[in-house]
Amino acid sequence: MTDEVARLDGNAAAGTLGRFCAFEATNLRVTCASCGAETVLGRLHLYGGSRAMILRCIRCGEVNLRLLEVGPSLRLDFRGAALLALGPEPATAAGAFALEE
Amino acid sequence: MRSVTFETTAWPGHTAGQHVDIRLTADNGYQAQRSYSIASPAGRAPRVELTVECVSGGEVSPFLIEELRAGDTIELRGPIGGYFTWNPGISSPLMLIAGGSGVVPLMSMLRTRSQAGSKVPAKLLYSARSVEDIIYRGELELAANRDGFDLVHTLTRGAPAGWKGQTRRVDRDMLAQYGFQPAEEPQIFVCGPTSFVETVADQLVTLGHGESAIKTERFGPTGDKR
Repeated sequence: MTDEVARLDGNAAAGTLGRFCAFEATNLRVTCASCGAETVLGRLHLYGGSRAMILRCIRCGEVNLRLLEVGPSLRLDFRGAALLALGPEPATAAGAFALEE
Repeated sequence: MRSVTFETTAWPGHTAGQHVDIRLTADNGYQAQRSYSIASPAGRAPRVELTVECVSGGEVSPFLIEELRAGDTIELRGPIGGYFTWNPGISSPLMLIAGGSGVVPLMSMLRTRSQAGSKVPAKLLYSARSVEDIIYRGELELAANRDGFDLVHTLTRGAPAGWKGQTRRVDRDMLAQYGFQPAEEPQIFVCGPTSFVETVADQLVTLGHGESAIKTERFGPTGDKR
């Protein structure tokens, strides 16, 4: 089997992520914690199978999200993502961060 | 290859390009899960058609192709996906590039376009190994050259005598010749095996298409055991 080495994309994670998110997850914008690239989740590179998935940055390869499904339990490790954003870009990106200062 | 129609319960309707997850559970609790693209047109109809390619040694597709009988019930989750989707309200030209069974979600887009009476220009560049591997061939050829839809086939492992389509892998020249020009601002959907999708997407970028205009979905054996 080639399951462990197959590379797909974030579209294949949508069904499992749907258990976590009330929204459709493939349009989530993920900012890489390593290189700062922002990528729509559906485009991230996916490794693994339907129970254990790793989603990597398409630019630098950093692991942005890890999903593990064991029986009824689901774990999402998102420490490789600096920011998860939903919806259109704010008018000024700086405005979004000004709130934090 | 087999197309199967499922009568779903509590189906909210789907958008062209979405998929479902099918989960099989054995008597001993062993489960296997795979994703399959929806082939039927978008809408609220509770009947959903999937087209399944047999993956030899696979855990789900051989069951769906060889053992599933009319009247059987299976566990199906969906519709899933919002990135690789097309809405007939979009006015940009529609450029579809398929490798093998990657044509399935693109077929849903073409059927949706047709059902909606959309006049948006559409092109499908479809790479298959041989004539026998072309899915929906009759339906595609009936639709070709009508209502703004152009169809180009290419075969990568030999063609029969008299073949009028292309006979090589999709390359930059083919995309330039049969695709829309970047200035026409098409929405582009590429679906197929990982290497096919990545090669085509890279070539589209070198032709001047914007990365945000290119949506990709990789097909491959996936899912695992528990």
